[in-house]
Amino acid sequence: MGIGARMTVTPELLREVALTAEEYRRAVELLGREPNRLELGMIGALWSEHCGYKHSRPLLRRFPTSGPHVVQGPGENAGAVELGDGLVVVLKIESHNHPSAVEPFQGAATGVGGIVRDIFAMGARPIALVDSLRFGPLEEARQQYLFHGVVGGIGWYGNCLGIPTVAGDVFFMSEYRQNPLVNAMCVGIAQREALVRARASGVGNLVVLVGADTGRDGIHGATFASVEDPERSHRGVVQVGNPFLEKLLLEACLEVLGTGVVVAMQDLGAAGLTSASAEIAARGGTGIELEVTAVPRREAGMTPYEVMLSESQERMLLVVRPEGLERVLAIFHRWDLHAVVVGRVTDDGCLRVLEDGKTVAELPVQLLTDWCPTYVREAREADEIRARRSFDPRSLPDLEARDVGAVLEQLLRSPNIASRQPIYRTYDHTIMTNTVLAPGQGEAAVLRVKGHRFGIAVKTDCNPRYCLLDPRLGAQHAVAEATRNVSCVGAEPLAITDCLNFGNPERPEVYYQLVQAIEGMAEACEALGVPVVSGNVSLYNETEGRSIPPTPVVGVVGRLEDVHRRVGMGFAGEGVVFLLGPQRATLGASEYLAHRFGIVGGTPPALDLELERRVQVLVRDAIHRGIVLAAHDCSEGGLLVAVAESCIVGGIGGRFRIDPLLEANGRLDETVFGEAASRVLVQVPFGAEGTLLALAHAHGVPIYEFGRLGGERLVVDGLLDHPLGALAEAWRRGLRRM
Amino acid sequence: MRFGIVTFPGSNGDHDALMAVRMGLGQPAELVWHTETDLSSYDCLLIPGGFSYGDYLRAGAIARFAPVMEAVAREAEAGKPVLGICNGFQILTEAHLLPGALLRNASLEFVCDWVWVRVEQTRTPWTQRLVPGELLRLPIAHGEGRYYVDETTLKELERAGQIVFRYVTADGRVTADANPNGSIANIAGVCNGRGNVVGLMPHPERAFDRLVGGDDGLRILASVLDVGLTLARSRGVR
Repeated sequence: MGIGARMTVTPELLREVALTAEEYRRAVELLGREPNRLELGMIGALWSEHCGYKHSRPLLRRFPTSGPHVVQGPGENAGAVELGDGLVVVLKIESHNHPSAVEPFQGAATGVGGIVRDIFAMGARPIALVDSLRFGPLEEARQQYLFHGVVGGIGWYGNCLGIPTVAGDVFFMSEYRQNPLVNAMCVGIAQREALVRARASGVGNLVVLVGADTGRDGIHGATFASVEDPERSHRGVVQVGNPFLEKLLLEACLEVLGTGVVVAMQDLGAAGLTSASAEIAARGGTGIELEVTAVPRREAGMTPYEVMLSESQERMLLVVRPEGLERVLAIFHRWDLHAVVVGRVTDDGCLRVLEDGKTVAELPVQLLTDWCPTYVREAREADEIRARRSFDPRSLPDLEARDVGAVLEQLLRSPNIASRQPIYRTYDHTIMTNTVLAPGQGEAAVLRVKGHRFGIAVKTDCNPRYCLLDPRLGAQHAVAEATRNVSCVGAEPLAITDCLNFGNPERPEVYYQLVQAIEGMAEACEALGVPVVSGNVSLYNETEGRSIPPTPVVGVVGRLEDVHRRVGMGFAGEGVVFLLGPQRATLGASEYLAHRFGIVGGTPPALDLELERRVQVLVRDAIHRGIVLAAHDCSEGGLLVAVAESCIVGGIGGRFRIDPLLEANGRLDETVFGEAASRVLVQVPFGAEGTLLALAHAHGVPIYEFGRLGGERLVVDGLLDHPLGALAEAWRRGLRRM
Repeated sequence: MRFGIVTFPGSNGDHDALMAVRMGLGQPAELVWHTETDLSSYDCLLIPGGFSYGDYLRAGAIARFAPVMEAVAREAEAGKPVLGICNGFQILTEAHLLPGALLRNASLEFVCDWVWVRVEQTRTPWTQRLVPGELLRLPIAHGEGRYYVDETTLKELERAGQIVFRYVTADGRVTADANPNGSIANIAGVCNGRGNVVGLMPHPERAFDRLVGGDDGLRILASVLDVGLTLARSRGVR
């Protein structure tokens, strides 16, 4: 079909490319003619929510994106921040929710593949993977299938690539039953001056496609990810990963970038060749001409439509200076990779597709990218959420002292709290020999950078219960907790990458959550001085009108001045334990309420961002002075769960007192299992108590001497005297029962 | 002495091995491409871990046919020290340079952890600086590490002293709990009849620095210096 060919636009056709009648009219108006079938498919893919950020783009402007360390903010394949010694750390998180709901193993695996390509497309060596996962209740057979599939897929792909998976978070909640979440984050390191941008420049430069041959898989993946109910769609839309090929691609691309003849590099993800070429041309302010017959294919008889919209994995697009082409092809050949010239950079601002030299599509690049329609919708909080929030946990009977031990064991066994070892044991986390604090050892993973004194800390967080009950406050908590965890190992948070997972934004209740969560995240980022440098938005995570809880996952990268000064979460021998931060807690939105009473209700803990900032500065200051032996963020499950975890990991018991806290709270359940923001348990050696107290006062942070370590029992005066072994058994077996 | 570290497509432990030798031992080391056919200039050879050729067929099954493997076999035959780590161990068994086979872990899951191994045989170039019965703490990371030989061969290996490492508890006992993958007789590493070719599933090259969990791996890598330096001198290198 030539570009002038007539076509009848039917509602079915528009549905297939996920465009509304109004959007179609807009496209016709901008183009000055009716698009042909291929052009319509290309427009539909790039104007999908997944590629075009139709609902989120106007809201994302709210994020602070600059700062003294920022080298590359949002808009590129990944963000980058300064580390020192001429190095930058590159970070990005991305969702692969819809594919993982349909085919969990391959869906999760290809999610890892995609995010790794984003990092090495920047010219960075990927050094760590992090995953944020959400499922329905793990007692259910289907959830176990999804859980094992996703964890298996992440391990399979990451282990084969030889990139350690070092941290993450996982949460189970019934609202994720139909729509599990798989958010994969990757961190890389690059020389600052070697960073590559995905900007096609230099008219006449060549466009090279390298990696897998192009097949019929994943066509319309981007549009599929932008509609509800993934399970109803068929599995053919999910791609199959080839980590071996990706490993070759990774090594070869980094080698090719070293030649200095590569102008731009871009991975092929959602909407394949169409999106990759439109994006590099848009960023470069140029045009691109592609010859589809030059694209190596897996099958005969593929149409230009299929070639342009295929989402076959493990492919990269490069813009290469003609004089360097031979060197580039030779390197790829040495790695047994198929690389071919498929087009060239032009100066007319058009994405032109040729088939045997004949134009079959010609669209202004801006039409595909900048001119994508955006929407501001009606926002209204659901009455049901307001009602749930108004639940008063104090209407429940208080906990009996004699039940504390049994409830503590139950909570430690809860899938939301139990040891994550059954998961991370299947991920290679020691490869690359940089892992200083491995999964389970600290609040965040800590990596060294060989030959440098500084280190890197990384962590993801988001409590969806908080976000469901109050999206703005919940999103603030996500930023606060993720940065607090990084501070607890002794690192200063440098930057955030975010993955915003929500339901259908066309519904006012969901749009409300989106607006509120972005506002909350932005407020917390501003207060804590941490910019957002990259991210991803995944909407339409809902089935039959039932949405997931708002889940703004926050990935943080921090920097340790001296990697030898990192601090773990397990108590290290004898010493004194202090509680930093608020002494009052609430059962609103708590794990205790959900686990013991099956209630997701009440108001989440209040968060004073200014106090949060002071607590984090205090923890880092104390660690930097060398007086901290262990630091543990006190989050899901509250104070007693936190102290039990640090005792179990450290293999040492202790004697604690809660009387003054009990007095402050008034109730036993709130005191021991209530949750609060900005709380950290800190262990110091005997003799350092005075220094910590003085520091806390100087930073204006409430401090409470909680107890002393020693022995093999967890003792709380007048309340609990439990062998540590039994608690450890419960905590270690929690996820393993499944 | 010069360490040669073989890189197959899909190797991912090659860089760690390079770092362990250079940073941990302070010895020169080079990566050797899988198409290389002459390895005579190296004093010892490391076959590192990873997923050579994706391990899609069976771990190590394709790599054994790589051109470099003929040269490895030749050097092994000549008595040069060869160490296969993880995927490298799998490749050496596939190439019949070592006895036995490595099957899917009994748990059917990939396992990444730190384990204790006991040194059973010190008459190999890779263990000669160690003491029999000595315990080492090393990382493992594999999905197909269950060592298997039939009963007759097992007896033969025991008799000939070809079992080099066994998985043990922290106090040195051979128990089922200490066995991370279901290996027969808790075997973590073996050698050929002559002793110059050793393969093991744990990763000594990942344990060269206490900052990242331990440095017991260096004790294995350093053992080869005695034989290797002699070889280096015989090549006329100081």
